[in-house]
Amino acid sequence: MELINRSLKELSNLMAKKEIKPSELTEELLKRIEATEEKLNAYITINEKALEEAKEKDEELVKLSEDEIPDLFGIPLSIKDNINVEGQKMTCASKMLKDFVAPYDATVIKKLREKGAIFAGKNNLDEFAMGSSTETSYFGVTHNPWDLERVPGGSSGGSAAAVAARSAIASLGSDTGGSIRQPCSLCGVVGMKPTYGRVSRYGLTAFASSLDQIGPITKNVEDNAFLLSLIAGIDAKDATSAKLPVPDYTKALDNDIKGLKAGLPKEYFIEGIEPEVKERIMEAVKHLESLGVEIEEISLPHTSYAVETYYIIAPAEASSNLGRFDGVRYTYRAENYTDLVDMYCKTRAEGFGNEVKRRIMIGTYTLSAGYYDAYYLKAQKVRTLIYQDFQKAFEKVNFIVTPVSPTTAFKIGEKVGDPIKMYLSDIFTIALNLAGLPGLSMPCGFDSKGLPVGVQLIGKAFDEETLYAVGYKLEKALNINNLPQL
Amino acid sequence: MRLSKEEVKHIALLSRLSLTEEEVEMFQEQLSDILTFVEKLNELDTEGIDPKFQIIPAENVLREDIPGISFSYEKTFMNAPETDGKHFIVPKVVKK
Repeated sequence: MELINRSLKELSNLMAKKEIKPSELTEELLKRIEATEEKLNAYITINEKALEEAKEKDEELVKLSEDEIPDLFGIPLSIKDNINVEGQKMTCASKMLKDFVAPYDATVIKKLREKGAIFAGKNNLDEFAMGSSTETSYFGVTHNPWDLERVPGGSSGGSAAAVAARSAIASLGSDTGGSIRQPCSLCGVVGMKPTYGRVSRYGLTAFASSLDQIGPITKNVEDNAFLLSLIAGIDAKDATSAKLPVPDYTKALDNDIKGLKAGLPKEYFIEGIEPEVKERIMEAVKHLESLGVEIEEISLPHTSYAVETYYIIAPAEASSNLGRFDGVRYTYRAENYTDLVDMYCKTRAEGFGNEVKRRIMIGTYTLSAGYYDAYYLKAQKVRTLIYQDFQKAFEKVNFIVTPVSPTTAFKIGEKVGDPIKMYLSDIFTIALNLAGLPGLSMPCGFDSKGLPVGVQLIGKAFDEETLYAVGYKLEKALNINNLPQL
Repeated sequence: MRLSKEEVKHIALLSRLSLTEEEVEMFQEQLSDILTFVEKLNELDTEGIDPKFQIIPAENVLREDIPGISFSYEKTFMNAPETDGKHFIVPKVVKK
């Protein structure tokens, strides 16, 4: 078990020098998955052809000269199971799609495939990415590798747990209200929610279209920058992807951070945050100061309205997006029904879990005649206020430092019966999705139970480079061992 | 905001979800709680504020009108619960 502990970047370099073979790496990874899955349940599907594909790549590798070897040649990646990988199952962790096979590649997958990647498996998630604990998956809960009785966070919990447990070399997740950053924090790995529009959403199963964004989940900051460089950019198939050039984020790692200003928003250090979480964040801030970053207290006055705003906008968009699951096109259909409407109603009642139903109904209600102005339009106006808070803050500072989650990993079952308590797990991550901004979540220490704590760096729109430059140096300064014993 | 059982049933029908009586009760409780929770937004005066639907400037994205290759029948229908290979089959809609 040597190769799987190495970073994505190291493996890419070893492959480029032909010092390792795709099959060697894939075989080792598959063994690690086999050894850990019984405890973790981080995967929904393993690609049975992965080793076969790797062996074909072995033969190709021999024929390629060193400078012809693409960046991810022969490297097995895992993907959150709400992103389409052609020919593989794409379940969204729902009974509704339990037998759905993706007929095409998402744009991010196409890009990674062109770079030579192998897709080893699909990671567990909250059903349709709705949740903060990966407990709403039809395929069972994923366990946190640091403490198997605890949740990995959600909704990219399978991806984060697998990367932490080294049963994935790197993964792609999606983030609508914190679904990359919060599980990365709870599992002690690195996750980026890029600026809205930075990465194409084509082939990602839409949840809340104005908030969703795909991003990388990795062992360290360098891998994250490396992977984002490969998936970012405009796409003719996504009208909301940004017409901007993609920087080489790995080059940005070496950017000077001395003299940068970091904002510490007072509204993010509220009551309810675990004291040990706050302590670790303040230690990270001290490290930033010693790296030459100036710290300034700032105010984001509408922070305390972000969760409420999100829980109107996200369900509204979800109720519309999930209208397509009607028993006609996408695998699941109820067996006994009297007519078309009855077929729709029974198919959806049987196919969706309670969290999904709850959100569809909230969305249907807030968008319905007579309530649209009071709920949906109101929420979009508050969204403007939240956005303006950030705009004002960024006139003074280059980036913002906050906790990712108010607590470390909580126990399985602890919040599952209380939707609002669960919704508050994302209190520090949601505002960014509403404002479209990028956020990097990275480990900054542990609590006294040995559970990881994450720090969030928030950037200006399309300024992922600053976050990577700061994150890279902070990671070195903190020097955390983020390998759980499993 | 407190929803009645009748309102929950109406929302469920609009959402195309059939619910059992127990589910109606559970969602009555939970949806009411959520709607009460989001009422906090009414504390804010948003008079004259433009709604921000997203941060990227919305613009029409047009492409050349060039015929391309669509999905094959096989791909189009590969996930359908009921199909004859060229059509999705649904329960009879038009009544005599």
